Amino acid sequence: MSFKPVILWTDALIYLLVAVIIAFILYARHKEPLLAPWRQVARSRMAMASLVILFVYVGIGLLDSFHFRPMVQNDSKGGEVHYSPEVLSTLDVLLAPLREHVEKSYSAPFATHLYSKETLESPDGKTIRDYPRLEHGGAHLQDPERDRWPDIAATAGVAVLQGLGLWLVLTVLVIGVLVSRHRRGVGGIIRDVIAGRTALPWHVILLTAGLLLLLATSAADLGVKYHVFGTDKVGQDVLYQSLKSVRTGLVIGTLTTLVMLPFAVLLGIMAGYFRGWVDDVIQYVYTTLNSIPGVLLIAAAILTLQVYMQTHPEMFDTIAHRADMRLLFLCIILGITSWTGLCRLLRGETLKLSEIDYIQAASAFGVGHSRIIVRHILPNVMHIVLISVVLDFSGLVLAEAVLSYVGVGVDPTMNSWGNMINAARLEMAREPIVWWSLLSAFVLMFVLVLAANLFSDAVRDAFDPRLRKQ
Amino acid sequence: MFAYIIRRVLYAIPILIGVNLITFTLFFVVNSPDNMARMQLGMKRVTPEAITAWKHERGYDMPLLYNSGAPGLDKVTETIFYKKSLALFALRFGQSDSGRDVAYDIQQRMWPSLAIALPVFVIGILTNITFALLIAFFRATYIDLWGVVFCVILMSISGLFYIIGGQYLIGKFLQLVPISGYEGGVNAYKFVVLPILIGIVGGIGSGTRWYRTIFLEEMGKDYVRTARAKGLSEPLVLFRHVLKNAMIPILTGAVVVLPLLFMGSLITESFFGIPGLGSYTIDAINSQDFSIVRAMVFLGSVLYIIGLVLTDISYTLVDPRIRLG
Repeated sequence: MSFKPVILWTDALIYLLVAVIIAFILYARHKEPLLAPWRQVARSRMAMASLVILFVYVGIGLLDSFHFRPMVQNDSKGGEVHYSPEVLSTLDVLLAPLREHVEKSYSAPFATHLYSKETLESPDGKTIRDYPRLEHGGAHLQDPERDRWPDIAATAGVAVLQGLGLWLVLTVLVIGVLVSRHRRGVGGIIRDVIAGRTALPWHVILLTAGLLLLLATSAADLGVKYHVFGTDKVGQDVLYQSLKSVRTGLVIGTLTTLVMLPFAVLLGIMAGYFRGWVDDVIQYVYTTLNSIPGVLLIAAAILTLQVYMQTHPEMFDTIAHRADMRLLFLCIILGITSWTGLCRLLRGETLKLSEIDYIQAASAFGVGHSRIIVRHILPNVMHIVLISVVLDFSGLVLAEAVLSYVGVGVDPTMNSWGNMINAARLEMAREPIVWWSLLSAFVLMFVLVLAANLFSDAVRDAFDPRLRKQ
Repeated sequence: MFAYIIRRVLYAIPILIGVNLITFTLFFVVNSPDNMARMQLGMKRVTPEAITAWKHERGYDMPLLYNSGAPGLDKVTETIFYKKSLALFALRFGQSDSGRDVAYDIQQRMWPSLAIALPVFVIGILTNITFALLIAFFRATYIDLWGVVFCVILMSISGLFYIIGGQYLIGKFLQLVPISGYEGGVNAYKFVVLPILIGIVGGIGSGTRWYRTIFLEEMGKDYVRTARAKGLSEPLVLFRHVLKNAMIPILTGAVVVLPLLFMGSLITESFFGIPGLGSYTIDAINSQDFSIVRAMVFLGSVLYIIGLVLTDISYTLVDPRIRLG
């Protein structure tokens, strides 16, 4: 199957972000002062467990960031190639069974029948009202009543074995690497790992990875046969939706900061370094922006964007482009409302720094302003930038859900936890209640935010010089 | 002191002008009134006459900044900028796009918002301080560690979950209070109990952790060591000395949000069907009623700036060392 790659705006920014992170790792690899706080983060058990979880989320998000349009038909005469208007990602390809198993409407987790009764025609021609069988969920079962739970148990059992197998491979690999690095006996290394005496808390890392592997293999094996998290109103698999939403959450959490960072850093340092009227102007700008209630500014901006998009439909060739533009714009406007805090912190820190002798000495030697800022001030405020970036992340992920509820979040066609919650909320009055969309969105969001919070705590403890002294 | 307040109020004027310009740009320059009319009347089949009529009814049929067709001073006053944007300074909010008087609506809807926001604020702060003191008392023990972890867990749960979960558990499952709605007068208590409770529970995680940091920072200072050295018991140090001194950052952090309580909470109010300013704003956003959104943006900024001034004044009240000249 041939395809046409599509690079959305947010994709490009994600690649940029990944490139920046890789560049930093390569740069910092042999610089001890830069590494020291990270070593402290790496020693924290809580942080490393969170990091493993975050890696899984980031992996899913990255897989979902390579987009393409599959070829639909190839006109043999003109050799003209047509591409589907639907934009897919590599994650869609991996999750093809989940994506294609579409039912008619709601069905509960592991159900074999729809959630609501329908008029059916029985083989003898009579019409009855009953719950119809699902087209995919448990379709391989002869008698769902009898076979369903034994089949689920058997599949889960196999999945657990697979997961354990993968985990063993991983553990052997890790121990192999440790043995070859420390040049010690296998037994000693294993004892150290179990007792947690290694430099990195490998026992916690392996435990977390093992749990995640078990979850992954179970979801994979059961997800092919059943709808593990049920289906939504139009019969889409909820597990698929929740996994697709990972990218949206991550994009909002990271790109928002990426977008606002240059302004916050540049303006904050300039205000603190140049003082005088520069300081006044910058302070005026951020006080003004800050005094507009955040949600309202976002709402106003998104509303005007909506009007703009509706009056200029020709600018977007696919729905995905449109949704992506809105996502990017949401990141920008969230960035505008959230850069002021960081800017103020940086201004204060720069004010303090520029009084210190080494900056005074640099300017006495005739070093230019830009060079002082880049060489002497910027490296010394980076810890503030890093701390506020990691602390902001979880708040932004949570904000997405709230904004989608208000109706000014991501595009309604885009998969996001906020949209899932919003859609499921309308079914709360239903009896019996449709709870699975809501719960899976909340759980996936909770795990990501909790991991991010715990990780950012460790990063803050390691980087904040005030805390480091104590 | 008085001169300082005057100066602060004067300083607020350019900020409000800035806010006004931003909203003006967002609402009128980025999107022309023609576009707004088209959104309201339906995108496809809409005649130019209908658009003109819609604009005329709502007073949008004027030039943006300069009316060259009008005589004398009207060149400036008969414009959208003067009529729609500058009028906000006189708190003349005008009519909403659906024809209602915005100022009247705001006055009516302020009270239900306050009925929820004020108790959440007061009881919330008291609860958070209590928990934070407790955790600070047991600092560097397992109670402290797990208390903080528990706070982080509470913080990581989406606010929507608290609302939906609370509505389901207390409103639907236990049927203690109605799920949503509102009634004026004494009967309002039935409807506000649940939103207040959820508001408090939702804020415990981040609030407690925040106050704990303040307390711990305060406890590292010299006067605490002195108090311990002269033989005061730990609870006495905590309550008499630390709490009193920690009130300065606590109070100043709280005063900023005080005026904003009028605005209510967007999410809580619309989930519980409370006819306050929060749900008013949400409804306006959903029906794309730009004049209400504009009025609320301006009102919010004014209240925030009032909060900033109040913060500065409260500094002088709680901390005699600070004198504002």
